[in-house]
Amino acid sequence: MPYRTDIAYLYDGSFEGLLCCVYESYYQKELPSMIFNYEEAQETLFPVKEIVTDRTAAKKVEYSIGQSISKGALRLVRLCYFSHMAEREVTILNFLRMGYKIGPRVTNMLAHDTVRAITKTAQNVASESHFYKEFLRFSEYNGVLVAIIEPKNFVLPMTSPHFCDRFPSEQFLIYDKTHKVAFVYQNGEKRLIPLEGFELPEADAEEKQYRALWKRFYNTIAIEGRSNPKLRMGNMPKRYWAHMTEFME
Amino acid sequence: MDILEKLTILTDAAKYDVACTSSGVDRKGAPGSIGNAAACGICHSFSADGRCIALLKVLMSNACVYDCSYCVNRKSNDVPRATFEPRELAELMIQFYRRNYIEGLFLSSAVVRNPDYTCEQMIEVLSLIRNTYRFRGYIHVKAIPGADDKLLTALGLLADRMSVNLELPSHDSLKLLAPDKSRESILVPMGRIKTGIHENRTDLAKYRNTPRFVPAGQSTQMIVGATPETDYQIINLSAALYKKYELKRVFYSAYMPVMTGRNLPSLDTKPQLLREHRLYQADWLLRFYQFDATELLDEKNPNFNPLIDPKCNWALNHYDFFPVEVNTAPYETLLRVPGLGVIGAKKIIRARRMGSLDFPDLKKMGVVLKRAQYFITCRGKTALGLPSNPEAVLRGLLSEQGAALAQPPMEQFSLFDHTDSTKEDLVKCLTGQI
Ligand code: SF4
Repeated sequence: MPYRTDIAYLYDGSFEGLLCCVYESYYQKELPSMIFNYEEAQETLFPVKEIVTDRTAAKKVEYSIGQSISKGALRLVRLCYFSHMAEREVTILNFLRMGYKIGPRVTNMLAHDTVRAITKTAQNVASESHFYKEFLRFSEYNGVLVAIIEPKNFVLPMTSPHFCDRFPSEQFLIYDKTHKVAFVYQNGEKRLIPLEGFELPEADAEEKQYRALWKRFYNTIAIEGRSNPKLRMGNMPKRYWAHMTEFME
Repeated sequence: MDILEKLTILTDAAKYDVACTSSGVDRKGAPGSIGNAAACGICHSFSADGRCIALLKVLMSNACVYDCSYCVNRKSNDVPRATFEPRELAELMIQFYRRNYIEGLFLSSAVVRNPDYTCEQMIEVLSLIRNTYRFRGYIHVKAIPGADDKLLTALGLLADRMSVNLELPSHDSLKLLAPDKSRESILVPMGRIKTGIHENRTDLAKYRNTPRFVPAGQSTQMIVGATPETDYQIINLSAALYKKYELKRVFYSAYMPVMTGRNLPSLDTKPQLLREHRLYQADWLLRFYQFDATELLDEKNPNFNPLIDPKCNWALNHYDFFPVEVNTAPYETLLRVPGLGVIGAKKIIRARRMGSLDFPDLKKMGVVLKRAQYFITCRGKTALGLPSNPEAVLRGLLSEQGAALAQPPMEQFSLFDHTDSTKEDLVKCLTGQI
């Protein structure tokens, strides 16, 4: 029986919700032309079907991806889900359908458009997550460390565990300005909190002193005879500079 | 003297040291402590020269009692002197680390009073950081040549990596420019570190709680361009160091003429950056591409061709090795194709299991063909319209690089200038096209 394609899915925007879309598509033999969530309400000519998030179904799908395709495929899908790729849900669905048909080899089929799109996007998310491990800067306010980031993708789930492992005894807050979410780590507890706006407060004397020391170190360590702005820009794209202490006023 | 001024002097004095990688150990965080270490290394910033900043790289002191003529810190030079208090340095480092400015510490020092005293001061800094602040991140320390064995061991137990600078590529050059140091005073601690690592490994196997002795291994650095050694001598020396002392890395540093001296190149000498770059490329070939030093150069051709990279150079001299069929060649053979890196070769191996590959497939997969196309076939066919004899290939390669060659070397080869960190080693260079 041919799959029905003249339909759109509406889900709650969570990863589990997306897995439920996969579940629905599989069992109802539907291939939605669009999948979107409540926040990005879209115009569509197709009838819209609301997919209710069901944890058990989501778990089943997650398990089956690991089993029938591979752990690597699951990782790719998860990274893509956090990306800002256009139509990421439909692409993920198509990728998984291929995967269920072909098996673990699917991740090697880099010549296929969907696989390539998924792989590229996942790499992009992974690399942005890594960049923030490098370029994120904390300032201290009364013993609490605070940072602001402005990522294209939603990197907090990938980036924050690194800082929790690194600073188990600290309290810190990382504010994602793009997605308006704060990650808070306090007494070993981790929380994601929606937060409309947030700016760094005025630094105290000690904080100012460390900023000045760091800037001085940064400027002194460069070797004049080898100045190479292009290389610097290549390694450290300019869009990260705005929140880095060494480039602050 | 305030700490800002000290930091300025002691950073300035340390900046010519090129080794600044934070990689080689994986250590998770632990409750009640601060820090962890990632084997892949993490860069935290890039300075105006494009180099990675991973570690707080400073000298303990620049008040040297020695007089090496290539060095700004030598006794007879008139420069401002400073020395960190151990406490002050430890606190500074930890505060930088908390703010995610750095990945750890790279501590070196001029010889203050004598080698033993210097070493003791450094031990104090490290033990404050490790034991008082309970820091589990990365520390690289320079062994001080001439210091007591026991002190070196104590230092090594607190650090992740220890290195001794070879300084100059030959015995004669060392005698000429660094009269207070001898080849022995450098090689002895190097050998000592190697033995230390070995003994530690056996101890670790026996007793579970043995502290780790420099778990990330040792590295060294030499200055090129201050003395007359050829590339052939240098690369052979590196190969021997990798074998004999089991070094993790050899760093090369183009001589920067900051000093005048009887035996030194004149001040207007340009640093040999392109040469340094070629040495790094060759070093890569030794470490990751299974090349032998003697394959790359010989006594008749003792220096690298400035126009093309060492791998291309080798390929053009071994043209009968090519073309390589991408659908059947083993991994080691693919690695020898100019323009094909470790990642490119692995991609090919993976993808060809799915079916045979042609040129458009390679392109789609993101394999860079610019140089590789001259040396490979797909299903027995060469890329369309390409020449097939060495001279023509060289001409082809150079004409593609021709425009770039008109620019100054640093610009042109900036793509490869990832000499500072092993993260880049892995992520960028390997994807790149050595
Ligand atoms: S020992 Fe030689 S190279 Fe080292 S700081 Fe002193 S003068 Fe410079």
